[in-house]
Amino acid sequence: MLDQAYYDKAQEIIEQHGVAQASLIPIIQDIQTEYRYLPPELLSFVAKQLGINEAKAYSVATFYENFSFEPKGKYIIKVCDGTACHVRRSTPILERLYSELGLSKNKATTDDMLFTLETVSCLGACGLAPVLTVNDKVYPSMTPDAATELIQELRGGEA
Amino acid sequence: MRKIENRTILNEIQAETKQKIDQTRMRILICAGTGCLAGGSGEIYERMCELVKENPNVEVKFGAEIAHEGVENHIDIKKSGCHGFCEMGPLMRIEPQGILYTKVKLEDCDAIFHRTIEKGELIRHLMYKQDGMEYPKQEEIPFYKKQTRLVLKNCGHIDAEHMEEYIATGGYQALAKVLFEQKPEDVVNEIMESNLRGRGGGGFTTGYKWQQVARQKETTRYIVCNGDEGDPGAFMDRSVMEGDPHKMIEGMMIAAYAVGAQEGYIYVRAEYPLAISRLKLAIAQAEEAGLLGEHIMGSDFSFKLHINRGAGAFVCGEGSALTASIEGNRGMPRVKPPRTVEQGLFAKPTVLNNVETFANVPMIILNGTDWYKSIGPEKSPGTKAFALTGSVKNTGLIEVPMGTTLREVIFDIGGGIKDGGNFKAVQIGGPSGGCLMETNLEISLDFDSLKKMGAMIGSGGLVVMDDHTCMVEVARFFMNFTQNESCGKCVPCREGTKRMLEILERIVEGKGELGDLDLLEELATMITETALCGLGKSAALPVMSTLKNFRNEYVEHIVDKKCAAHVCQAMRRYVISPERCKGCSKCARNCPAGAISGQIREVFKIDNDKCIKCGACESACAFDAIHVEG
Repeated sequence: MLDQAYYDKAQEIIEQHGVAQASLIPIIQDIQTEYRYLPPELLSFVAKQLGINEAKAYSVATFYENFSFEPKGKYIIKVCDGTACHVRRSTPILERLYSELGLSKNKATTDDMLFTLETVSCLGACGLAPVLTVNDKVYPSMTPDAATELIQELRGGEA
Repeated sequence: MRKIENRTILNEIQAETKQKIDQTRMRILICAGTGCLAGGSGEIYERMCELVKENPNVEVKFGAEIAHEGVENHIDIKKSGCHGFCEMGPLMRIEPQGILYTKVKLEDCDAIFHRTIEKGELIRHLMYKQDGMEYPKQEEIPFYKKQTRLVLKNCGHIDAEHMEEYIATGGYQALAKVLFEQKPEDVVNEIMESNLRGRGGGGFTTGYKWQQVARQKETTRYIVCNGDEGDPGAFMDRSVMEGDPHKMIEGMMIAAYAVGAQEGYIYVRAEYPLAISRLKLAIAQAEEAGLLGEHIMGSDFSFKLHINRGAGAFVCGEGSALTASIEGNRGMPRVKPPRTVEQGLFAKPTVLNNVETFANVPMIILNGTDWYKSIGPEKSPGTKAFALTGSVKNTGLIEVPMGTTLREVIFDIGGGIKDGGNFKAVQIGGPSGGCLMETNLEISLDFDSLKKMGAMIGSGGLVVMDDHTCMVEVARFFMNFTQNESCGKCVPCREGTKRMLEILERIVEGKGELGDLDLLEELATMITETALCGLGKSAALPVMSTLKNFRNEYVEHIVDKKCAAHVCQAMRRYVISPERCKGCSKCARNCPAGAISGQIREVFKIDNDKCIKCGACESACAFDAIHVEG
């Protein structure tokens, strides 16, 4: 059971968007922005408040890649693997980050909840390929070594 | 800002703002598109503002070039939208001289202020250089000179966060013209007559869509703008939304007036946070000025606009999936008919066009269809924006008349292949498009010519590939993308793309058989003929076009187990050059598979049966003695 504050926040977000099926996606997007993931309890709560069944809400939340039922790390790193980044060698950058952070395709978040590593299909910054973003800040013209430095820098900021 | 209650006020604001802009001594436009912001243009903007504030009474001289000497000693610093020359960012444009400084760094700001702004000197190291020539002025740089920027005209030249600037360029005049001079059906006919075709992919005639919606019995109608630019390698729409959001909004409003719609939705992908915030701001400003809402400019026309953020599903770029997503459902396409023009958003008649299409509308209304049809080929008139990326010297956002050849785009505007490489292929149209080769370079870029070649304009991504690119791997890459993004509703796409991906993976791992090629072709034909939506129907195109144009590479992977571009890891064979190896043992110590052995000060050897092709030895070697063979 989540703390009451979570439900109050969710209620506040629901009121901003209005009670309608069409508000479902914007509401759960805002909840995810707030908590960096979508707590399953809140999805059930939103479904009930909007008067749609839970299965329906769940089917929507699982369809879209952006929603995550698992808590994410403080720094969400997205490595772009769009065409332009791919032909300018984004794969070695991803591999370096996997080994640097001890993550893999099946394990996206570090145990200390500091980093989540994801790939995206295109960030639209193709002119600067290869790119990655950390919490929406774009880092252009990356290399595996620059990625290592970036991780060290972010870790250093935490110590 | 004043409320624009009628057309006269709009004209007054246009004249006043234009006068103010003309009176400024100098305008400094710092690119604040996603690319340049990533390069630090935000900090550059702050620093330039500080410098100007520190010197409020600076005597600015710019030689004889200043057209407005003595009017007002005022310097205007603005954040603009994307200038398009992303490779050279961060970019700074200085008006009225039209100087473009490239690769500007924070530490350059003081020099720019004290030398260029105060003394009128040019700073050589910030000027763009190509083939030994220096280009101080933006318009003379080959990258810009060969373009025809109409849709992107304002991008990089106005402050995207101030609506008055858009109005000063003649913004919202097309809307005023239709509201006060034209009947809705005249507007539909004009767009029909102009032959404007949808810039989002298939090139469907826009006027025809509008006419269909206008003819429906149902009177609740919607306008939807597709800003879900999901094709990897495309960012034209992002730049319009970030750099000139009002142009697209004006286009949507004209469409709404023409078809009698009351509400509109803009669906933007979540990966474009800056575009979303600029659009929100633009809508808020238009609402405040009374350009959105009830009785716009005192007319009978009312219109409301909403923004929806995508949630990371590529398939939502398909019309019926997009409207399903706005309604709060899973974004899955449905069987048609009924078409979107009959039953679209909330099952009401809906005009659905993409960002660039809407951005074309105001200029057609203002300049007329004859003018529009004079640009480009008769059946595909107008210009098209392309995102030019990959192994090309000048990456960025470009706009050329339809019908321009691929060669002109890649070699004249793009400056040719990066790092002296050789041109191999160009991928056009993203996962729904195809790969064209050198013999196709003379092809004219328009909807019909490309379709004949088994490619399509798609949303306009052009990814140039050099000889370090493996075409089989590229086909695998796109199939992997499509397979991931398949919504799963129809069997041909869900299962067919998976089987095709398995075959392609087998081939790049060196386990392919010649029969695989027939199987790929059979599956491709089946998916193309039977998939439910446009995305499924075009999913096999990247494979089909590479099979057609680069079949020898497939055969090489299958028969010779060789990847000439050295991209496919499984086929790499690392060798130690005996002439260069000093026998230091560093490679052996770095090999995670224990595949390297040898005696100190003698040449080491790699056991290729044990080698896992990771390349650790190659990067460890201090003597450059380890290479991939072949």
